[in-house]
Amino acid sequence: MAIPMTESHRRFLQTMMNGGIMEFSKAKILHRNCCEDQSAHAQLDEFIDVINTQLQPMFMQIRKGMSEDDGLQYYALVNMAETDVTRMSSDYADNELELFRKTMDLIVDSENGTASSTDILNCADSLQTKKMKKKEVEHVLNRLVQDKWLNEKRGDYAMSTRCIIEMEQYIRNVYQDLVKSCYICHSLAFQSQSCENPGCGIKVHLPCVARYFKSHTDPQCPACKDYWPHEIPVFPAQSPSQSTSSKENTAPTPSASHSRRKRK
Amino acid sequence: MQLLRISDAVFRGLLNFRNGERTPNVAMSQKRRKSGMQISQGRNSRISQDQDDESEDRSFTQTSSSQVQRRMERLTVAQVDRKMAEVVQFILIKDQKKVPIKRAEIVKHVMKEYRDVYPEIMKRVTRTFEQVFGLKLVEIDTKNHVYILINKLEPIFGDQVGMGPGNHRTGLLFVILSIIFMKGGVVKESVVWNTLKKLRVEPGEKHEDFGDVKKLVTEEFVRQKNLEYVRIPHTDPVEYEFRWGQRAETEVSKIRMLQFVSELHDQEPQSWTQQYKEATTVEGPSSQR
Ligand SMILES: [Zn+2]
Ligand SMILES: [Zn+2]
Repeated sequence: MAIPMTESHRRFLQTMMNGGIMEFSKAKILHRNCCEDQSAHAQLDEFIDVINTQLQPMFMQIRKGMSEDDGLQYYALVNMAETDVTRMSSDYADNELELFRKTMDLIVDSENGTASSTDILNCADSLQTKKMKKKEVEHVLNRLVQDKWLNEKRGDYAMSTRCIIEMEQYIRNVYQDLVKSCYICHSLAFQSQSCENPGCGIKVHLPCVARYFKSHTDPQCPACKDYWPHEIPVFPAQSPSQSTSSKENTAPTPSASHSRRKRK
Repeated sequence: MQLLRISDAVFRGLLNFRNGERTPNVAMSQKRRKSGMQISQGRNSRISQDQDDESEDRSFTQTSSSQVQRRMERLTVAQVDRKMAEVVQFILIKDQKKVPIKRAEIVKHVMKEYRDVYPEIMKRVTRTFEQVFGLKLVEIDTKNHVYILINKLEPIFGDQVGMGPGNHRTGLLFVILSIIFMKGGVVKESVVWNTLKKLRVEPGEKHEDFGDVKKLVTEEFVRQKNLEYVRIPHTDPVEYEFRWGQRAETEVSKIRMLQFVSELHDQEPQSWTQQYKEATTVEGPSSQR
Protein backbone atom coordinates (compact mmCIF):
# COMPACT_ATOMS: atom_id res chain seq x y z
CA MET A 1 0.00 0.00 0.00
CA ALA A 2 1.48 3.29 -1.04
CA ILE A 3 1.92 6.04 1.52
CA PRO A 4 0.73 9.29 -0.04
CA MET A 5 3.24 12.04 -0.65
CA THR A 6 3.05 15.27 1.33
CA GLU A 7 4.33 18.75 0.57
CA SER A 8 7.55 17.74 2.35
CA HIS A 9 8.19 14.89 -0.10
CA ARG A 10 7.45 17.13 -3.07
CA ARG A 11 9.76 19.83 -1.80
CA PHE A 12 12.55 17.29 -1.32
CA LEU A 13 12.00 15.85 -4.79
CA GLN A 14 12.03 19.28 -6.41
CA THR A 15 15.38 20.09 -4.83
CA MET A 16 16.76 16.74 -5.99
CA MET A 17 15.57 17.54 -9.50
CA ASN A 18 17.43 20.84 -9.50
CA GLY A 19 20.84 19.38 -8.74
CA GLY A 20 20.43 15.75 -9.79
CA ILE A 21 22.79 14.62 -7.05
CA MET A 22 23.16 15.50 -3.37
CA GLU A 23 25.60 14.52 -0.68
CA PHE A 24 24.11 12.53 2.23
CA SER A 25 24.59 15.11 5.00
CA LYS A 26 23.07 17.80 2.79
CA ALA A 27 20.14 15.52 2.03
CA LYS A 28 19.63 15.09 5.78
CA ILE A 29 19.54 18.84 6.31
CA LEU A 30 17.16 19.19 3.38
CA HIS A 31 14.98 16.44 4.80
CA ARG A 32 14.85 18.22 8.15
CA ASN A 33 14.01 21.54 6.51
CA CYS A 34 11.33 19.98 4.36
CA CYS A 35 9.66 18.40 7.37
CA GLU A 36 9.94 21.52 9.52
CA ASP A 37 6.32 21.58 10.61
CA GLN A 38 5.99 17.89 11.46
CA SER A 39 6.85 16.88 14.98
CA ALA A 40 7.60 13.23 14.25
CA HIS A 41 8.92 12.52 10.79
CA ALA A 42 10.22 9.38 9.18
CA GLN A 43 13.84 8.39 8.73
CA LEU A 44 15.45 9.72 5.56
CA ASP A 45 15.52 6.36 3.78
CA GLU A 46 11.86 5.66 4.58
CA PHE A 47 11.03 9.18 3.47
CA ILE A 48 12.79 8.57 0.14
CA ASP A 49 11.02 5.21 -0.23
CA VAL A 50 7.70 7.03 -0.24
CA ILE A 51 8.93 9.27 -3.06
CA ASN A 52 10.37 6.33 -4.98
CA THR A 53 7.07 4.45 -4.89
CA GLN A 54 5.40 7.40 -6.59
CA LEU A 55 8.27 7.90 -9.04
CA GLN A 56 8.27 4.29 -10.18
CA PRO A 57 5.58 4.70 -12.87
CA MET A 58 7.73 7.48 -14.36
CA PHE A 59 10.76 5.15 -14.46
CA MET A 60 12.62 7.43 -12.09
CA GLN A 61 14.25 6.71 -8.75
CA ILE A 62 16.35 8.33 -6.04
CA ARG A 63 19.30 6.01 -5.51
CA LYS A 64 22.12 6.04 -2.99
CA GLY A 65 25.77 5.43 -3.78
CA MET A 66 29.31 6.29 -2.76
CA SER A 67 31.49 8.75 -4.61
CA GLU A 68 34.83 7.29 -5.63
CA ASP A 69 36.29 10.76 -5.37
CA ASP A 70 35.55 11.68 -1.78
CA GLY A 71 34.14 8.48 -0.29
CA LEU A 72 30.94 10.24 0.77
CA GLN A 73 27.45 8.88 0.23
CA TYR A 74 25.31 10.62 -2.36
CA TYR A 75 21.71 10.45 -3.45
CA ALA A 76 21.16 10.70 -7.18
CA LEU A 77 17.92 11.07 -9.09
CA VAL A 78 18.23 8.55 -11.89
CA ASN A 79 16.22 7.64 -14.90
CA MET A 80 15.64 4.01 -15.71
CA ALA A 81 13.56 4.40 -18.84
CA GLU A 82 14.74 3.42 -22.29
CA THR A 83 12.04 5.04 -24.35
CA ASP A 84 11.94 6.98 -27.57
CA VAL A 85 11.75 10.11 -25.50
CA THR A 86 14.93 9.44 -23.59
CA ARG A 87 16.80 8.47 -26.71
CA MET A 88 15.63 11.66 -28.28
CA SER A 89 16.91 13.66 -25.34
CA SER A 90 20.40 12.43 -26.02
CA ASP A 91 21.89 14.82 -28.50
CA TYR A 92 25.10 12.91 -28.84
CA ALA A 93 25.84 11.75 -32.35
CA ASP A 94 26.48 8.05 -32.97
CA ASN A 95 30.23 8.51 -33.16
CA GLU A 96 30.15 10.63 -30.01
CA LEU A 97 28.33 7.87 -28.16
CA GLU A 98 30.82 5.38 -29.55
CA LEU A 99 33.65 7.51 -28.20
CA PHE A 100 31.95 7.49 -24.80
CA ARG A 101 31.65 3.71 -24.93
CA LYS A 102 35.35 3.42 -25.89
CA THR A 103 36.22 5.67 -22.98
CA MET A 104 34.23 3.37 -20.69
CA ASP A 105 36.17 0.39 -22.15
CA LEU A 106 39.46 2.13 -21.34
CA ILE A 107 38.28 2.93 -17.81
CA VAL A 108 37.16 -0.67 -17.22
CA ASP A 109 40.47 -2.05 -18.56
CA SER A 110 42.61 0.36 -16.58
CA GLU A 111 44.31 -0.35 -13.27
CA ASN A 112 43.15 2.79 -11.56
CA GLY A 113 39.74 3.47 -13.10
CA THR A 114 40.76 6.35 -15.32
CA ALA A 115 41.45 6.87 -19.00
CA SER A 116 44.05 9.37 -20.19
CA SER A 117 43.12 11.91 -22.83
CA THR A 118 45.95 10.55 -25.00
CA ASP A 119 44.47 7.06 -24.99
CA ILE A 120 41.01 8.41 -25.74
CA LEU A 121 42.40 10.46 -28.61
CA ASN A 122 44.05 7.34 -29.99
CA CYS A 123 40.80 5.43 -30.27
CA ALA A 124 39.18 8.28 -32.18
CA ASP A 125 40.89 6.97 -35.32
CA SER A 126 39.34 3.55 -34.99
CA LEU A 127 35.72 4.63 -34.52
CA GLN A 128 33.38 2.45 -36.59
CA THR A 129 30.70 5.07 -37.06
CA LYS A 130 32.73 8.10 -38.13
CA LYS A 131 36.28 9.18 -37.39
CA MET A 132 36.81 12.22 -35.23
CA LYS A 133 39.41 14.94 -35.32
CA LYS A 134 41.43 15.80 -32.22
CA LYS A 135 39.52 19.02 -31.74
CA GLU A 136 36.17 17.22 -31.98
CA VAL A 137 37.26 14.64 -29.43
CA GLU A 138 38.25 17.37 -27.01
CA HIS A 139 34.94 19.07 -27.57
CA VAL A 140 32.95 15.88 -26.93
CA LEU A 141 34.95 15.12 -23.78
CA ASN A 142 34.23 18.64 -22.60
CA ARG A 143 30.53 18.09 -23.07
CA LEU A 144 30.60 14.73 -21.34
CA VAL A 145 32.19 16.43 -18.33
CA GLN A 146 29.70 19.29 -18.46
CA ASP A 147 26.78 16.87 -18.63
CA LYS A 148 28.25 15.01 -15.65
CA TRP A 149 28.98 11.73 -17.35
CA LEU A 150 32.70 12.01 -16.75
CA ASN A 151 35.04 13.72 -14.31
CA GLU A 152 38.34 15.15 -15.43
CA LYS A 153 41.45 15.54 -13.33
CA ARG A 154 44.73 16.60 -14.94
CA GLY A 155 43.90 15.05 -18.31
CA ASP A 156 42.60 11.79 -16.86
CA TYR A 157 38.94 10.89 -17.17
CA ALA A 158 36.92 8.88 -14.66
CA MET A 159 33.25 8.00 -14.48
CA SER A 160 31.29 10.48 -12.43
CA THR A 161 29.48 9.45 -9.26
CA ARG A 162 26.12 10.08 -10.85
CA CYS A 163 27.08 8.10 -13.94
CA ILE A 164 28.09 5.07 -11.83
CA ILE A 165 24.93 5.22 -9.71
CA GLU A 166 22.73 5.61 -12.77
CA MET A 167 24.47 3.15 -15.08
CA GLU A 168 25.48 0.45 -12.57
CA GLN A 169 23.12 -2.16 -14.02
CA TYR A 170 24.00 -1.28 -17.60
CA ILE A 171 27.72 -1.49 -16.87
CA ARG A 172 27.36 -4.88 -15.15
CA ASN A 173 25.36 -6.21 -18.10
CA VAL A 174 27.78 -4.97 -20.72
CA TYR A 175 31.10 -5.74 -19.01
CA GLN A 176 30.05 -8.74 -16.89
CA ASP A 177 33.23 -10.28 -15.38
CA LEU A 178 35.42 -7.41 -16.56
CA VAL A 179 34.12 -5.16 -13.79
CA LYS A 180 34.55 -5.97 -10.12
CA SER A 181 32.71 -4.94 -7.02
CA CYS A 182 34.52 -3.40 -4.11
CA TYR A 183 35.30 -6.08 -1.51
CA ILE A 184 34.31 -3.72 1.29
CA CYS A 185 31.15 -1.97 0.07
CA HIS A 186 30.11 -4.28 -2.82
CA SER A 187 29.45 -1.41 -5.23
CA LEU A 188 31.14 -1.23 -8.63
CA ALA A 189 34.81 -0.33 -8.24
CA PHE A 190 36.74 1.75 -10.75
CA GLN A 191 39.09 4.12 -8.95
CA SER A 192 40.49 1.45 -6.64
CA GLN A 193 43.43 -0.68 -5.52
CA SER A 194 43.63 -4.42 -6.09
CA CYS A 195 45.26 -7.29 -4.28
CA GLU A 196 48.36 -8.53 -6.14
CA ASN A 197 47.95 -12.14 -5.05
CA PRO A 198 47.06 -13.85 -8.38
CA GLY A 199 44.65 -16.19 -6.65
CA CYS A 200 42.80 -13.28 -5.04
CA GLY A 201 42.87 -10.02 -6.98
CA ILE A 202 40.02 -8.31 -5.11
CA LYS A 203 39.39 -4.63 -5.64
CA VAL A 204 38.77 -1.98 -2.98
CA HIS A 205 37.72 1.64 -3.62
CA LEU A 206 40.31 4.21 -2.60
CA PRO A 207 38.02 5.72 0.06
CA CYS A 208 37.18 2.22 1.30
CA VAL A 209 40.93 1.42 1.48
CA ALA A 210 41.45 4.58 3.49
CA ARG A 211 38.67 3.67 5.90
CA TYR A 212 39.53 -0.02 6.19
CA PHE A 213 43.28 0.38 6.78
CA LYS A 214 42.99 3.43 8.98
CA SER A 215 45.54 3.06 11.80
CA HIS A 216 46.84 -0.26 10.41
CA THR A 217 50.65 -0.29 10.40
CA ASP A 218 50.85 -3.62 8.57
CA PRO A 219 48.01 -3.67 6.04
CA GLN A 220 46.76 -7.06 4.84
CA CYS A 221 44.29 -7.93 2.09
CA PRO A 222 40.87 -8.23 3.70
CA ALA A 223 40.20 -11.40 1.66
CA CYS A 224 43.42 -13.46 1.48
CA LYS A 225 45.46 -11.75 4.22
CA ASP A 226 48.39 -11.22 1.82
CA TYR A 227 50.48 -8.11 2.28
CA TRP A 228 48.66 -5.05 0.82
CA PRO A 229 51.36 -3.51 -1.36
CA HIS A 230 49.82 -0.12 -2.08
CA GLU A 231 50.19 3.22 -0.47
CA ILE A 232 47.19 3.84 1.78
CA PRO A 233 45.43 6.97 0.54
CA VAL A 234 44.33 9.62 3.00
CA PHE A 235 40.92 11.14 2.52
CA PRO A 236 39.78 14.45 3.96
CA ALA A 237 37.94 14.14 7.25
CA GLN A 238 34.36 13.20 6.45
CA SER A 239 32.55 15.43 8.86
CA PRO A 240 29.40 17.09 7.53
CA SER A 241 30.99 20.53 7.79
CA GLN A 242 33.56 19.55 5.18
CA SER A 243 31.19 17.85 2.83
CA THR A 244 30.28 21.08 1.06
CA SER A 245 33.74 21.69 -0.29
CA SER A 246 34.37 18.06 -1.16
CA LYS A 247 31.10 17.85 -3.04
CA GLU A 248 32.07 20.78 -5.15
CA ASN A 249 35.32 19.07 -5.99
CA THR A 250 33.50 16.20 -7.65
CA ALA A 251 31.53 18.47 -9.89
CA PRO A 252 33.13 19.41 -13.16
CA THR A 253 34.62 22.82 -12.64
CA PRO A 254 35.29 25.53 -15.16
CA SER A 255 38.97 25.36 -14.29
CA ALA A 256 39.12 21.72 -15.34
CA SER A 257 37.84 22.44 -18.80
CA HIS A 258 39.98 25.52 -18.94
CA SER A 259 43.15 23.56 -18.34
CA ARG A 260 42.20 21.17 -21.10
CA ARG A 261 41.69 24.01 -23.49
CA LYS A 262 45.13 25.34 -22.67
CA ARG A 263 46.83 22.09 -23.53
CA LYS A 264 45.95 21.93 -27.18
CA MET B 1 20.14 6.66 -21.21
CA GLN B 2 20.03 10.00 -19.53
CA LEU B 3 16.82 11.85 -19.10
CA LEU B 4 16.89 14.74 -16.75
CA ARG B 5 20.07 16.17 -18.08
CA ILE B 6 20.02 17.64 -21.52
CA SER B 7 22.58 19.84 -23.10
CA ASP B 8 22.13 23.46 -24.01
CA ALA B 9 22.56 22.67 -27.67
CA VAL B 10 19.32 20.73 -27.75
CA PHE B 11 17.46 23.59 -26.23
CA ARG B 12 18.98 26.13 -28.53
CA GLY B 13 17.78 23.87 -31.31
CA LEU B 14 14.31 23.64 -29.85
CA LEU B 15 14.13 27.38 -29.38
CA ASN B 16 15.26 27.88 -32.91
CA PHE B 17 12.27 26.22 -34.44
CA ARG B 18 9.88 27.45 -31.82
CA ASN B 19 10.45 31.12 -32.53
CA GLY B 20 8.56 31.83 -35.71
CA GLU B 21 10.08 35.24 -36.19
CA ARG B 22 13.54 33.83 -36.53
CA THR B 23 14.61 32.34 -39.85
CA PRO B 24 15.00 28.64 -39.31
CA ASN B 25 18.56 27.55 -39.77
CA VAL B 26 18.46 24.68 -42.20
CA ALA B 27 22.10 23.79 -41.70
CA MET B 28 21.48 23.48 -37.99
CA SER B 29 18.50 21.25 -38.24
CA GLN B 30 20.33 19.00 -40.64
CA LYS B 31 23.19 18.78 -38.23
CA ARG B 32 20.76 17.93 -35.48
CA ARG B 33 19.15 15.22 -37.50
CA LYS B 34 22.51 13.73 -38.30
CA SER B 35 23.32 13.63 -34.62
CA GLY B 36 20.38 11.39 -33.92
CA MET B 37 17.95 14.09 -32.87
CA GLN B 38 14.56 13.21 -34.23
CA ILE B 39 13.07 16.47 -33.06
CA SER B 40 13.97 18.47 -36.13
CA GLN B 41 12.58 16.17 -38.75
CA GLY B 42 10.15 17.87 -41.06
CA ARG B 43 10.77 21.17 -39.34
CA ASN B 44 13.02 22.77 -41.86
CA SER B 45 10.64 25.53 -42.72
CA ARG B 46 8.24 27.62 -40.77
CA ILE B 47 5.50 26.93 -43.30
CA SER B 48 5.46 23.20 -42.67
CA GLN B 49 5.29 23.90 -38.96
CA ASP B 50 2.23 26.09 -39.40
CA GLN B 51 0.54 23.43 -41.46
CA ASP B 52 1.34 20.90 -38.78
CA ASP B 53 -0.25 23.04 -36.13
CA GLU B 54 -3.36 23.64 -38.16
CA SER B 55 -3.94 20.01 -38.97
CA GLU B 56 -3.39 19.18 -35.31
CA ASP B 57 -5.91 21.79 -34.30
CA ARG B 58 -8.45 20.35 -36.69
CA SER B 59 -7.96 16.86 -35.34
CA PHE B 60 -8.51 18.16 -31.80
CA THR B 61 -11.67 20.08 -32.51
CA GLN B 62 -13.15 17.19 -34.43
CA THR B 63 -12.75 14.81 -31.52
CA SER B 64 -15.65 14.81 -29.11
CA SER B 65 -15.25 13.72 -25.53
CA SER B 66 -17.38 10.62 -26.05
CA GLN B 67 -15.12 9.59 -28.92
CA VAL B 68 -12.12 10.05 -26.65
CA GLN B 69 -13.77 7.86 -24.03
CA ARG B 70 -14.46 5.11 -26.55
CA ARG B 71 -10.86 5.18 -27.73
CA MET B 72 -9.60 5.11 -24.15
CA GLU B 73 -11.51 1.91 -23.56
CA ARG B 74 -9.51 0.17 -26.25
CA LEU B 75 -6.22 0.91 -24.43
CA THR B 76 -4.84 -1.03 -21.45
CA VAL B 77 -4.04 0.69 -18.17
CA ALA B 78 -0.36 -0.10 -18.72
CA GLN B 79 -0.37 1.52 -22.16
CA VAL B 80 -1.95 4.69 -20.83
CA ASP B 81 0.43 4.80 -17.84
CA ARG B 82 3.44 4.40 -20.06
CA LYS B 83 2.36 7.18 -22.41
CA MET B 84 1.62 9.38 -19.43
CA ALA B 85 5.14 8.74 -18.08
CA GLU B 86 6.67 9.64 -21.44
CA VAL B 87 4.81 12.93 -21.59
CA VAL B 88 5.84 13.74 -18.00
CA GLN B 89 9.48 13.06 -18.89
CA PHE B 90 9.28 15.11 -22.07
CA ILE B 91 7.86 18.10 -20.22
CA LEU B 92 10.42 17.78 -17.42
CA ILE B 93 13.24 17.78 -19.96
CA LYS B 94 11.93 20.99 -21.51
CA ASP B 95 11.31 22.55 -18.14
CA GLN B 96 14.95 22.07 -17.10
CA LYS B 97 15.71 25.15 -19.15
CA LYS B 98 12.37 26.81 -18.51
CA VAL B 99 11.46 26.54 -22.17
CA PRO B 100 7.71 26.81 -22.78
CA ILE B 101 6.22 23.64 -24.26
CA LYS B 102 3.91 23.60 -27.28
CA ARG B 103 1.07 21.15 -27.59
CA ALA B 104 2.16 20.47 -31.16
CA GLU B 105 5.54 19.28 -29.89
CA ILE B 106 4.02 16.99 -27.31
CA VAL B 107 1.77 15.46 -29.93
CA LYS B 108 4.46 15.10 -32.55
CA HIS B 109 7.26 13.72 -30.42
CA VAL B 110 5.50 11.84 -27.66
CA MET B 111 1.78 11.30 -28.14
CA LYS B 112 2.13 10.09 -31.74
CA GLU B 113 -0.41 7.30 -32.28
CA TYR B 114 -2.09 8.22 -28.97
CA ARG B 115 -2.98 11.71 -30.20
CA ASP B 116 -6.67 10.90 -30.30
CA VAL B 117 -6.71 10.41 -26.52
CA TYR B 118 -4.59 13.52 -25.88
CA PRO B 119 -7.05 15.16 -23.44
CA GLU B 120 -7.29 12.07 -21.26
CA ILE B 121 -3.52 11.54 -21.13
CA MET B 122 -2.96 15.22 -20.33
CA LYS B 123 -5.46 14.99 -17.48
CA ARG B 124 -3.32 12.25 -15.94
CA VAL B 125 -0.11 14.15 -16.67
CA THR B 126 -1.46 17.23 -14.90
CA ARG B 127 -2.54 15.15 -11.91
CA THR B 128 0.88 13.48 -11.66
CA PHE B 129 2.68 16.82 -11.78
CA GLU B 130 0.56 18.10 -8.92
CA GLN B 131 0.55 15.01 -6.73
CA VAL B 132 4.11 13.77 -7.20
CA PHE B 133 6.19 16.78 -8.16
CA GLY B 134 4.25 19.65 -6.62
CA LEU B 135 4.19 21.35 -10.02
CA LYS B 136 1.32 22.83 -11.95
CA LEU B 137 1.06 22.61 -15.72
CA VAL B 138 -0.37 25.91 -16.91
CA GLU B 139 -1.45 26.86 -20.42
CA ILE B 140 -0.04 30.35 -20.88
CA ASP B 141 -1.10 30.77 -24.48
CA THR B 142 -4.50 29.30 -25.25
CA LYS B 143 -4.32 30.20 -28.94
CA ASN B 144 -1.07 28.39 -29.70
CA HIS B 145 -1.45 25.98 -26.77
CA VAL B 146 1.78 26.72 -24.97
CA TYR B 147 2.41 25.33 -21.49
CA ILE B 148 4.84 26.03 -18.69
CA LEU B 149 5.42 24.24 -15.41
CA ILE B 150 5.09 26.36 -12.33
CA ASN B 151 5.95 25.55 -8.77
CA LYS B 152 2.97 24.97 -6.52
CA LEU B 153 5.07 24.86 -3.37
CA GLU B 154 5.84 27.99 -1.45
CA PRO B 155 9.54 28.73 -1.84
CA ILE B 156 11.64 28.72 1.30
CA PHE B 157 13.73 31.84 1.12
CA GLY B 158 17.10 31.77 2.78
CA ASP B 159 17.14 28.02 2.41
CA GLN B 160 20.81 27.14 2.10
CA VAL B 161 20.30 23.58 0.95
CA GLY B 162 20.61 22.79 -2.71
CA MET B 163 22.38 26.04 -3.36
CA GLY B 164 23.77 26.05 -6.85
CA PRO B 165 24.38 28.71 -9.43
CA GLY B 166 20.64 28.62 -10.06
CA ASN B 167 19.86 29.79 -6.57
CA HIS B 168 21.92 32.96 -6.81
CA ARG B 169 19.97 33.73 -9.94
CA THR B 170 16.72 33.10 -8.10
CA GLY B 171 17.92 35.61 -5.53
CA LEU B 172 18.64 38.21 -8.19
CA LEU B 173 15.26 37.60 -9.80
CA PHE B 174 13.58 37.94 -6.41
CA VAL B 175 15.26 41.30 -5.85
CA ILE B 176 14.12 42.60 -9.25
CA LEU B 177 10.57 41.33 -8.74
CA SER B 178 10.44 43.06 -5.37
CA ILE B 179 11.62 46.35 -6.87
CA ILE B 180 8.84 46.15 -9.46
CA PHE B 181 6.24 45.15 -6.89
CA MET B 182 7.16 47.87 -4.42
CA LYS B 183 7.10 50.50 -7.20
CA GLY B 184 3.56 49.60 -8.13
CA GLY B 185 3.96 46.93 -10.80
CA VAL B 186 6.01 48.67 -13.45
CA VAL B 187 9.42 50.38 -13.41
CA LYS B 188 11.77 51.95 -15.89
CA GLU B 189 14.80 49.83 -16.51
CA SER B 190 17.13 52.55 -15.20
CA VAL B 191 15.53 52.13 -11.76
CA VAL B 192 16.36 48.45 -11.75
CA TRP B 193 19.95 48.97 -12.95
CA ASN B 194 20.55 51.70 -10.37
CA THR B 195 19.23 49.55 -7.53
CA LEU B 196 21.38 46.63 -8.66
CA LYS B 197 24.43 48.93 -8.78
CA LYS B 198 23.83 49.72 -5.11
CA LEU B 199 23.98 45.97 -4.50
CA ARG B 200 27.31 45.91 -6.40
CA VAL B 201 25.81 44.16 -9.40
CA GLU B 202 26.93 46.09 -12.49
CA PRO B 203 24.72 45.42 -15.51
CA GLY B 204 27.53 46.27 -17.91
CA GLU B 205 30.12 43.96 -16.36
CA LYS B 206 30.64 40.22 -16.15
CA HIS B 207 29.46 39.10 -12.72
CA GLU B 208 31.04 36.14 -10.95
CA ASP B 209 27.72 34.36 -10.36
CA PHE B 210 25.47 35.85 -13.04
CA GLY B 211 27.80 36.26 -16.01
CA ASP B 212 26.38 38.90 -18.33
CA VAL B 213 23.86 40.52 -15.95
CA LYS B 214 22.00 42.50 -18.57
CA LYS B 215 21.62 39.45 -20.79
CA LEU B 216 20.44 37.30 -17.88
CA VAL B 217 17.83 39.85 -16.83
CA THR B 218 16.54 41.07 -20.18
CA GLU B 219 16.81 37.79 -22.10
CA GLU B 220 16.85 34.73 -19.87
CA PHE B 221 14.43 35.94 -17.19
CA VAL B 222 12.17 37.20 -19.97
CA ARG B 223 12.33 33.92 -21.86
CA GLN B 224 11.46 32.10 -18.63
CA LYS B 225 8.38 34.34 -18.38
CA ASN B 226 9.58 35.67 -15.06
CA LEU B 227 9.91 39.25 -16.33
CA GLU B 228 8.43 41.34 -19.07
CA TYR B 229 10.78 43.80 -20.74
CA VAL B 230 8.95 46.17 -23.04
CA ARG B 231 9.89 49.32 -24.89
CA ILE B 232 8.11 52.41 -23.65
CA PRO B 233 6.36 53.95 -26.67
CA HIS B 234 7.51 57.30 -28.09
CA THR B 235 10.75 57.48 -26.16
CA ASP B 236 13.87 59.01 -27.66
CA PRO B 237 16.38 57.77 -26.73
CA VAL B 238 14.64 54.43 -26.44
CA GLU B 239 13.61 53.43 -22.94
CA TYR B 240 12.38 50.10 -21.60
CA GLU B 241 10.31 49.11 -18.59
CA PHE B 242 9.99 45.96 -16.50
CA ARG B 243 6.88 44.17 -15.27
CA TRP B 244 6.29 40.80 -13.67
CA GLY B 245 6.11 37.96 -16.20
CA GLN B 246 3.39 35.35 -16.27
CA ARG B 247 5.45 32.74 -14.47
CA ALA B 248 6.26 35.12 -11.63
CA GLU B 249 2.61 36.12 -11.35
CA THR B 250 1.57 32.52 -10.79
CA GLU B 251 4.60 31.28 -8.87
CA VAL B 252 5.67 34.04 -6.52
CA SER B 253 3.68 34.82 -3.40
CA LYS B 254 3.29 38.58 -3.07
CA ILE B 255 2.54 38.44 0.63
CA ARG B 256 5.75 36.52 1.27
CA MET B 257 7.63 39.05 -0.79
CA LEU B 258 6.12 41.89 1.22
CA GLN B 259 7.00 40.12 4.47
CA PHE B 260 10.56 39.76 3.24
CA VAL B 261 10.84 43.45 2.32
CA SER B 262 9.21 44.49 5.61
CA GLU B 263 11.76 42.51 7.57
CA LEU B 264 14.56 44.22 5.66
CA HIS B 265 13.12 47.61 6.57
CA ASP B 266 12.11 46.50 10.05
CA GLN B 267 8.50 47.55 9.54
CA GLU B 268 5.06 45.97 9.48
CA PRO B 269 3.83 44.73 6.08
CA GLN B 270 0.65 46.76 6.64
CA SER B 271 2.63 50.01 6.48
CA TRP B 272 2.78 49.61 2.69
CA THR B 273 -0.96 50.06 2.25
CA GLN B 274 -1.17 49.63 -1.51
CA GLN B 275 1.14 46.61 -1.68
CA TYR B 276 -0.49 44.99 1.33
CA LYS B 277 -3.89 45.36 -0.27
CA GLU B 278 -2.70 43.82 -3.51
CA ALA B 279 -0.85 40.99 -1.79
CA THR B 280 -3.84 40.01 0.31
CA THR B 281 -6.52 40.31 -2.35
CA VAL B 282 -4.76 38.79 -5.34
CA GLU B 283 -4.62 35.02 -5.24
CA GLY B 284 -1.03 33.94 -4.67
CA PRO B 285 0.36 30.44 -5.08
CA SER B 286 -0.17 29.77 -1.36
CA SER B 287 -3.91 30.14 -1.67
CA GLN B 288 -4.14 27.72 -4.56
CA ARG B 289 -3.39 24.81 -2.34
ZN1 LIG C 1 33.98 0.31 -1.72
ZN1 LIG D 1 43.90 -10.66 -1.62
